[in-house]
Amino acid sequence: MNVDAIQNGIVIDHISAGCGMKLYRLLGLERLDAPVAMITNVASAKRGRKDIIKIDAEIPVDVNVIGYVDPGATVNMIRNGELQEKKQIDMPETLVNVIACKNPRCITSCEQELQQVFRLANREKKEYRCAYCETKAAGL
Amino acid sequence: MERSIIDVPDLSLKELDTLMDTAEDIIARPDDYADSCRRKKLATLFFEPSTRTRLSFEAAMYELGGNVLSVTGAGTSSAAKGESVADTAKTVSCYADIIAMRHPKEGAALVAARNATVPVINAGDGGHCHPTQTLADLLTIRREKGRLGNLTVGLCGDLKFGRTVHSLIGAMSRYEGLNFVLVSPAELKVPSYVKNDSLKKKGIPYTQTTDLEEVIGELDILYMTRVQRERFFNEEDYLRLRDSYILTPEKLKKARKDLCVMHPLPRVNEISVAVDADPRACYFKQVLNGKYMRMALILMLLGRMKTREGERK
Repeated sequence: MNVDAIQNGIVIDHISAGCGMKLYRLLGLERLDAPVAMITNVASAKRGRKDIIKIDAEIPVDVNVIGYVDPGATVNMIRNGELQEKKQIDMPETLVNVIACKNPRCITSCEQELQQVFRLANREKKEYRCAYCETKAAGL
Repeated sequence: MERSIIDVPDLSLKELDTLMDTAEDIIARPDDYADSCRRKKLATLFFEPSTRTRLSFEAAMYELGGNVLSVTGAGTSSAAKGESVADTAKTVSCYADIIAMRHPKEGAALVAARNATVPVINAGDGGHCHPTQTLADLLTIRREKGRLGNLTVGLCGDLKFGRTVHSLIGAMSRYEGLNFVLVSPAELKVPSYVKNDSLKKKGIPYTQTTDLEEVIGELDILYMTRVQRERFFNEEDYLRLRDSYILTPEKLKKARKDLCVMHPLPRVNEISVAVDADPRACYFKQVLNGKYMRMALILMLLGRMKTREGERK
């Protein structure tokens, strides 16, 4: 299977197999008016299998979203067909407007204009909690 | 943003000690504090039913020489017109020097604190936090037992939805030598995240049981709680669990002579009225201690604490 190299854009590499579509959705790539390639289950020396997303456009990408979905992923910034920058992604301490609190008693359930804020509560367990009511974030 | 108190961990151990010392000083010398908050106004915004907490805050402010502006019930306030908590907090900041707020939604106090230009005290946000109740509990334990460490603390009843229980476990876990005994029906156990964060991580020993009588003799503190109808979505579950534990003089016979029986109140039937005459019943003292701790907290947030020399900080 061949996917063309991109000239100016972003390659999100080393995504855990199966996480690519979640990332695609949370990054809002379905709304992007540019070529995007989603490649799943690619053979990987490090991980056995991995997903890759190629975005043929220089757009701002929320690395916090990537860190939340898959902190092992890397972000490669491509310009004129060359690798300009490679970012290792870590789990963000705070997530803003990435996921929503599911607790019906949370203030965010009735005041829709509030930002949805989650804080990293347990790094080992990848556990985020709502900044308002401390309810654990539902899994992806 | 002014300093606000949303939960007990917002206060350091040193600040907790200072608050308790101040409360003790108020008890000993109330006249010295009678004008401490003169010309200051406390707004009590209670969007959920409360008698004790609201009156306690109001009594606290009056005893400090201040005044009170009061809103009770979402139906009589601008919240009924759809005003957001943020806007309410900004508006009330224009009238009052400090706000005490109770709201049925969890996290509402944090939203108020982020938008108010005066200090906000969380007087209860749904099932989430109720820090001034915990302050009352801590002062009661310190006054009754003379210490906050080296105690066996029994918590009994609804340990799942009981916010006072979670908050007390968190606050007490900061002291040395604690041992917790958690007594509840299987359906109302302490949530695992509370056990993990406050007990397991800190290596604090605890046991869980469904049998109060089996463990009552080991306890220094017995903290009873009510099974709260408003925390259940399902009436059947509430009716099935509400009478799980009822403390009676008979059960107290097995307890230590210096046991301290506490309850955040209101009680329904989980402590028999006959227990009230027992000297170990401390729950009405707890109510009074709550007022003194609220006085101390208001003084702290308004920058009106006294130094040892009697000067204002």
